[in-house]
Amino acid sequence: MSAALATAVPAAPSIDWAGLSPLLALIIGSIVVLIVGLAGPRAIRTQLVPALSVVAFAVTIGAVIALWGQRAVLIEGALQLDQLTLILTLLICAAGIVAALLSWREQAASEIAHGEFFALLLLASAGMFVLVASRNLVTTFVGLELLSLPLYILCAARVREQRSLEAGLKYLIIGSVGSATVLYGFALLYGATGATSYPQIAAKITAGGLATDPLFLTAVALCTVGFAFKASLAPFHQWTPDVYQGSPTPIAAFMSVATKAAAFGVIIRLFDVALSPAIDAWKPIWIAIAILSIIVGNVGAIGQSSLKRMLAYSSIAQAGYLLIGFVVATRLGIEAICFYLIVYAIANLAAFTVIVIRERESSSGDDLASLHGVAGSSPVTAVVMTLAMLSLAGIPATAGFIGKFRLIEAAAQGDMAWLAVVLVLGSVISLAYYLPVVAALWRSEAQPGIDPHRGAPVLAGGAPEGEPVKAGWEVKLVGVLLAAAIIFFGIVPQPIFNLVADAARGLGLS
Amino acid sequence: MTIHLSIILWLPLAFGLVALVAPGRLARWISLLGALLVLAYTITLLADYDHAAGGLQYVTDVLWIRSLGIHYALAVSGLNLVLLATTSVVFTASAIWSLVAQPDGLRPGLYALLMGLAQSAVLGAFMAQDLALFVIFFDLMLVPFYFLIVIWGGPDRTSAVLRLFLYTLVGSLLMLVGAITTGVLAAHDGEPSFLLADLAKTPLGSSAQGWIFLGFALAFLIKMPAFPFHGWMPGGYSNMPIAVLAVFTAILSKVAAYGFLQIALPLFPDAAVRYQELIMIVAVASILYGSAMAFTVTSARLILGYSSIAQLGFIVLGIFAFDNRGADGALLQATNHAIVAGALIFVVAMLAARSGGSEEITDMGGIAKGAPAFAAVFLVLSFALLAMPGTANFIAEFMILLGTFESKLVYALIASIGVALAAFYALRLYVTSMHHRVGAKVKSFELTGREALVIVPLLLIVIALAIFPQFSLSPAEDGTSQALRATQQAQSAQTLAAARADRGTR
Repeated sequence: MSAALATAVPAAPSIDWAGLSPLLALIIGSIVVLIVGLAGPRAIRTQLVPALSVVAFAVTIGAVIALWGQRAVLIEGALQLDQLTLILTLLICAAGIVAALLSWREQAASEIAHGEFFALLLLASAGMFVLVASRNLVTTFVGLELLSLPLYILCAARVREQRSLEAGLKYLIIGSVGSATVLYGFALLYGATGATSYPQIAAKITAGGLATDPLFLTAVALCTVGFAFKASLAPFHQWTPDVYQGSPTPIAAFMSVATKAAAFGVIIRLFDVALSPAIDAWKPIWIAIAILSIIVGNVGAIGQSSLKRMLAYSSIAQAGYLLIGFVVATRLGIEAICFYLIVYAIANLAAFTVIVIRERESSSGDDLASLHGVAGSSPVTAVVMTLAMLSLAGIPATAGFIGKFRLIEAAAQGDMAWLAVVLVLGSVISLAYYLPVVAALWRSEAQPGIDPHRGAPVLAGGAPEGEPVKAGWEVKLVGVLLAAAIIFFGIVPQPIFNLVADAARGLGLS
Repeated sequence: MTIHLSIILWLPLAFGLVALVAPGRLARWISLLGALLVLAYTITLLADYDHAAGGLQYVTDVLWIRSLGIHYALAVSGLNLVLLATTSVVFTASAIWSLVAQPDGLRPGLYALLMGLAQSAVLGAFMAQDLALFVIFFDLMLVPFYFLIVIWGGPDRTSAVLRLFLYTLVGSLLMLVGAITTGVLAAHDGEPSFLLADLAKTPLGSSAQGWIFLGFALAFLIKMPAFPFHGWMPGGYSNMPIAVLAVFTAILSKVAAYGFLQIALPLFPDAAVRYQELIMIVAVASILYGSAMAFTVTSARLILGYSSIAQLGFIVLGIFAFDNRGADGALLQATNHAIVAGALIFVVAMLAARSGGSEEITDMGGIAKGAPAFAAVFLVLSFALLAMPGTANFIAEFMILLGTFESKLVYALIASIGVALAAFYALRLYVTSMHHRVGAKVKSFELTGREALVIVPLLLIVIALAIFPQFSLSPAEDGTSQALRATQQAQSAQTLAAARADRGTR
């Protein structure tokens, strides 16, 4: 009787709870935050909820550190715990902490209630963990949706502002198209290979000689397009500037960094690992996407007066640089991606932090005009933004330079020095929009007609009329720490090198 | 005594940082004190350097970034010894000028910090013995100039500085790709090293050398600037503050010339030989174009700017003659031009002070009348600029042409025209501003004590170099023969191969 039952009901999958601890911390954190957010006293909602979210992210980081160096396959092959997962989760949670701190006094959080806002932030991070750790097609898709759905809502969090709602709707529609494309690709991939797990897919491609099979190639094409949508790579990037501009600034900051890290995590696993036997089929397409992203991003960013739009285009270009590490498909390439993601995150978050500061302290919103003459009135803010721009442009003595150095090295080692030339030419173009920001900060005379402190109409995301608010000490602190990190890691980059040293271990790359 | 190059390297930046936090009125004094200390230290270095032994001395070598194989490696050799001293001299002159001429400027602390950073970066580029470190300093030295121009620059500064950055970074970043590729290709079993000594041991294949050399050459030629790559120069020169421009024109262009000798020729000898004529054409074109433009423009600054293009053309010509005398002359000319051009930039400011603030030579004239001593100083500097016999510039240009005559007669003949043209533009500048009819707004006055404080020491150095050019030439001989060795070997190998092939066809 018991034996018959045993055959009828398959054994429950063994679950390594310790290995899942980062995911559990994020999900439990989001539930706790949601419940606490229901509490009556305003102080609990506005102060405790953000604090608890920071704690949840910190606990996750603790779990990541505890798991450091371990390798395991979780939940019967659904998730892969390895250095790549851990490094990217660390980055995502660090970005989450910054986003939570920037959201602390943000208008958006109170408009859709603090509990929901921060719970969704944690839930999106949980989705990112699932995505970067996913080891088969089904978990990948689950992770993708778990990441996307909370972000659709967060983008529209400023419910009284039309632009924010527009951003949410745009992101929802385009994101759904992307998801559908990925799903279609996955279905065909399963049809072609008969497998959902990444290692099995790789084995089937080699065994069945599928690299030229039309069904398989269609699947690869659909997956490529779908993920290019999700990672906002040209020519599938059109949604990005509008969404960044309309979203609450801390959310845009979080998306520009964490979503990018998650997207690169999954394309590394899917293409560099699962589809690696068919590299000749997808490599030229991704090279074309990389070059297009570098050109479109850098050219599109020139002349943007909205800083968030400018950073949106710049993030497209930066993703193009990152793709170089991906298409060479080497261990060094993966390490270079992880390194660059970290230094890019530091610089980009610093830039968004300054935007948050200026949105709250000036009345020009995220317009370039909000930065005019800032060096005179608040030099620290000016230095933070200057270092962020120089690092994004890859100027020596900033962390961004070392990141570019590593990517170029990866390209040269992968016999693609010409792609590195595209990278540096893109960087030269990028000076045409990074440097005017610096010039605006440091030029002495303020722009005529705009009072930097009050008077002008409230623009997108601008501070509400009335008393000029202070940005808050936590925002300033974040900015200063990030700026210090830019210089520190520009001069002493070895700690980051050590951090990402084993990023590609176990991925089977040369 | 033991000399630590790291102290020389970081002293300017350290004083800049002190000046930043110090009270505003002290900032310029602190900046000057830092410049003087560095000057004193480099003079000690000059005295202490063992000329008989030659080679690299005071070597510092620490592994800086292990994962990238970048070493913090500094050394002094015959190649950079005098250039280091020249750098200290010009930065000191600039610090004196900003103290005496703009005592009530804006944000003096920040200005001092940026000048300190600029000096540290330039010294770093001169002393670096690691390819990546050189590239880092080479790019870094541009950054302070961005802020110096944006904050203190002329009316068109925003567009001018953007153009300057775009031009120079195209070259610099291609050089970066080239440098990294060099390191990757020369890596031994996955252990990259960018030390110049290591890289020289494993020469690259001839085809890889080609594009990498062109990347380096482009970076250097843009920075100088040389003829077709000078698009940033008019705007950039017109919008820089005087004390900044003096440093920029005197020193930054020399880093580029030095880069050819220190980096491009020893590491990519085959490619240097292959592209010798191409670079020489650029050099000769720069000489002719720069001289012609210097003769036609009316802004005193731009006359000096275009004359720099011509002078740097001579320096490049001397280097690419692959002849020891040519390279020695080029190195001597680098020092000469740095001092003379730097001094003349200050003279432009003094002229402007006497002609109602205008730097157009059409607004000047008759300034010599009330200022005989100033006229004398200006005349001596003009003679040096046009390479009058008796000046060190004459010796240098003579050696450059001598070296070129031996190897490439045609280029030498065309370049000789440039020597004559220099007399035209230098005397035109002098005569129209100092003599001629007195300009409408000209109010001439004698050299003031403050002006003399800046210009007289530079003048004395010009005279000293004229009397004793050996000061620069004797260390240069050791340095250039090292720098040219690989190229000369490659050249003779290629000539031999060509001769053999020639014989084969017959």
